[in-house]
Amino acid sequence: MTMKSSTRQVDGVTIVDLSGRITLGEGSVVLRDVVRDLLSKGQKKILLNLGDVNYIDSSGIGELVSAYTTCKNQGGELKLLNLTKKVHDLLQITKLYTVFDVKDDEAAGVKSFGK
Amino acid sequence: MSANRVSYTLDSTLETVNSAEETAGRIAAEAGFADEEVMKIAMAVREAAVNAVLHGNAYDPGKKVTLDFERTARDLIIVIRDQGKGLDASRIPDPLAPENLLKTSGRGIFLIRSFMDVVEIHPSKTGTELKMIKHVHGSAADSKEASQ
Repeated sequence: MTMKSSTRQVDGVTIVDLSGRITLGEGSVVLRDVVRDLLSKGQKKILLNLGDVNYIDSSGIGELVSAYTTCKNQGGELKLLNLTKKVHDLLQITKLYTVFDVKDDEAAGVKSFGK
Repeated sequence: MSANRVSYTLDSTLETVNSAEETAGRIAAEAGFADEEVMKIAMAVREAAVNAVLHGNAYDPGKKVTLDFERTARDLIIVIRDQGKGLDASRIPDPLAPENLLKTSGRGIFLIRSFMDVVEIHPSKTGTELKMIKHVHGSAADSKEASQ
């Protein structure tokens, strides 16, 4: 039930592959820590791959918003990739779908960051 | 009309949040709700449990959360109570307002209202009672009626 994350670099963009649940407690902390760590290293083009995130609660939504604004405030960009239907629907009803830049193709997502 | 009731008294811990969600999902599935509805009910209960444990009881080990489920032919009725100061729902900002969209909290009650058919919040000085009702749609009984 816990969340796992791993990062990889593609053309200057850091792709964070997340799996599991982003919920109050461990899941939210994992996301917060990984984004903080990347920003502290100067990696400010972040593509969060949520393809294997099967559940997210209001705390997890808050953590996504926090990651987005933290990144933006530091001059970076954070985008979302491969939303599951559940996460997509949640972002729709909370009106956050239009706030986040959401991609469904990794290559196009990477390209969208520009040089 | 048959009615089944079950009640749990839970500690003010994060485990309670997970346990409440799992229990709600199991009971909703047993009540015959479709998978998507089960997920919504379980998530509504999770959010209510988060409110009770964090905002109501503030993780106080001396305070308990009670969770009641009642199944009737028409409804699944869920009541969750905490022993906190009482939640004033009118003071929760609208999470869909443009100025609140980027706030990192304040979406729990909104999600509960989105996922359940009836939501009543009864705050008092001795805690908050949150009652949620999900109507049974597409039940076996309804299907029989529809096919006649």
